[in-house]
Amino acid sequence: MTDDLIEPLAGSGAGNAPEFTVSELSGAVKRVIEGEFARVRVRGEVGRVSRPASGHLYFDLKDDRSVLAAVSWKGQVARMQVRPEEGMEVIATGRLTTFPGQSKYQLLVDEVEPAGAGALMAMLEKRRQALAAEGLFDAVRKQPIPFLPGVIGVVTSPSGAVIRDILHRLRERFPRRVIVWPVAVQGQACAADVAAAIRGFNALAPGGPVPRPDLIIVARGGGSLEDLWGFNEEIVVRAAAASRIPLISAVGHETDTTLIDHAADLRAPTPTAAAELAVPVRLELLARTAEAGARLGRAVMTRAQMRRQRLVDLGRGLGRPQALLAPARQRFDLWADRLDPALRGLTVQKRARLSPLAALVRPDLLRRFMVEERRRLDAWSARLAPALARTRTDNARANLRNRAALVALAERLAAAPQARLAALSERLDRLDRMRLTLGYTETLRRGYAVVRGAGGLVSSASAAAAAAALEIEFHDGRLPVVPTVPDPVAAPPPASQGGARLRKPKPPRGGPDQGSLF
Amino acid sequence: MNDIKAMSFEEAMAALERVVRDLESGQVSLDQSIALYEQGAALKAQCETLLRAAEERVEKITLNEAGQPAGTTPLEGL
Repeated sequence: MTDDLIEPLAGSGAGNAPEFTVSELSGAVKRVIEGEFARVRVRGEVGRVSRPASGHLYFDLKDDRSVLAAVSWKGQVARMQVRPEEGMEVIATGRLTTFPGQSKYQLLVDEVEPAGAGALMAMLEKRRQALAAEGLFDAVRKQPIPFLPGVIGVVTSPSGAVIRDILHRLRERFPRRVIVWPVAVQGQACAADVAAAIRGFNALAPGGPVPRPDLIIVARGGGSLEDLWGFNEEIVVRAAAASRIPLISAVGHETDTTLIDHAADLRAPTPTAAAELAVPVRLELLARTAEAGARLGRAVMTRAQMRRQRLVDLGRGLGRPQALLAPARQRFDLWADRLDPALRGLTVQKRARLSPLAALVRPDLLRRFMVEERRRLDAWSARLAPALARTRTDNARANLRNRAALVALAERLAAAPQARLAALSERLDRLDRMRLTLGYTETLRRGYAVVRGAGGLVSSASAAAAAAALEIEFHDGRLPVVPTVPDPVAAPPPASQGGARLRKPKPPRGGPDQGSLF
Repeated sequence: MNDIKAMSFEEAMAALERVVRDLESGQVSLDQSIALYEQGAALKAQCETLLRAAEERVEKITLNEAGQPAGTTPLEGL
C-alpha cells in the first residue's frame, strides 16, 4: 500500500504521477496511521492539560525531545480511574489517529495510569500536605465519637462484604438502626458519591422523614491504590472534614491509608473495626448495669443494716437498769459481809493487847510506888534546914566583903579628881612654856625685831625704803620710825645678806612657831 | 426524674455509678441514702430502657430525582 503511494511520486515523469486531493491524501495517511498504531501504550510526562466545556480532555505527552498531542473524549474521561495532571509521569493507552483539519496526528487515550506507584504516592503526598496546611487534619477539629449512637449512617456499597461485616459486628455488640447511603466505592463516580453522601447525611434535619444519624461510617474493603483512589480526592476529604456528625473512616485494609482517614474524627483499620468503635458491647453494659443495681441495693441495705445493728448495740448498752446497779450491789455485798467480822476481829485484837497490861494493874503496885516516893521526899526534907542555915552564913560573909570594897572605892573616887587636875595643870604649864619658847616673842628677847609697814611685814630694805612709815616691834614694845632717803654711796649694798641680818632681822616667814628659826 | 429520662446511656451509667459509690462510702445520712437509692433505681431503669431498645433496623436511603434523600427502604438479605 505504501509502495502504491510512494513509488509513483518518486518517479521522474510528472505526467505519470496520479494526483490526490488533500482530503484523499489525508484520508490515506489516516488509514495508514490508524492501521499501524491501533493500540499503543505511550510513556511520558503530562504537559499542558485543558478541559473545555465540552467535557473532552486535551493534554500533551512529552519526553525530553518530543511532544505528542493526546485527547480523551468525554465518555473516556468518565471511565478513567486516574485523571492526568500536569507533571505526572503516566502510561497512556489508546490508538493513534490524525486530525486532518490541522494536519495533526494525536493519541486518542482510553486509559491513563501513573507510571509506577512512586509517582502516584508523590502526588498523594503533595495533596496531603496542601490539605494539612489548610488545617483540615488538625487534632482540634476531631469530634468525640458518641458512646452509644442511636442511628448509624453507613456510606458504602449496599452489596458486598463490607456492609455485611459491619452489620454482623453491630449485631454481635449492640444492634442499632443503620441507614445505608449507597455509593460507588471505586471508579470515577466514587469520590463524588461519597462526598455527596457525607453532605447528604449532614443535611438531614432532626425529626425528618429520614432520621439523622448520630454517627457516620465511611467504609470500603481492601483494594489497590487505584481502587481506593476516590477516597483520596479532595472533594471527599473536604466533605469528611466538614461533617458535623462524627465520622469514622474505614477504607481498605489496616495498611492502607487514604486522605479521608486524616480528615475523619476516628480512623478504623477495617470496616469490622469501625463497627466495634461505633458501639459498646450490650451484654457488658447490661452486666454493668445489673451489677451497679445490685451494688445499689446492697449498699442501701448495708447502710440500713449497719444502722439497725448500731441501734441494737446502743440499745443494749443503754438496756437494763439492773445492769447498772449490779456491780455496785455486788461490791456492797462483798464489803457488807466483811463489816461484822472486821469489828469483831478488831475488838478481839484490842482485848488481846489489853489483857497483859490489865494483869499488871494491882493495889500493891500503887502502894509500893507511894512508899518509894515518900522515902525520896523524906530524904530531901532532911537536907532542907541545914542547907538554909549554910546559905544564910555565906550571904552574911559576902555582905561584909562587899561593904569594905565599897568604902575603898568611895575613897578612891574622892581622891581621883584632884590628882587628875594637878596632872593636867602641870602638863598645861609645860605646854605653855614650850609655846613661849617657840613663839617669835622669845626670839625678840634675844635681840631680833619685827618691822611692819602699812601693808604688813616689811622684810627687805628696798620695801622699807619705799614705805612712808614703819613700826618696829621689840620684845618690850613697839616703836614707830620714819625711814630717811638713803645716800646711795653710804648705803650698804642690799645684796649683802650678812650685813642685812645684823642690822635688820629677817622676819619669820610663815609664823612665830616656824621651826626653821632654830 | 425527667432529667434522668433525657439522659444518654453513658450519662445515666456514670450517674448510677456515682450514686452507688456515694452510698457505699457510707458518708451519707439515712434520709439521703433513701433519696440516693430512689435516684439510683431510676438511673438503672433508664440504663435498662436504653439497653433494651437494641432493635436492629437496616434501611437504605432512597433518593429522588434531584438526588435528595426521599425516604428509606428496608435493606434485606444482609
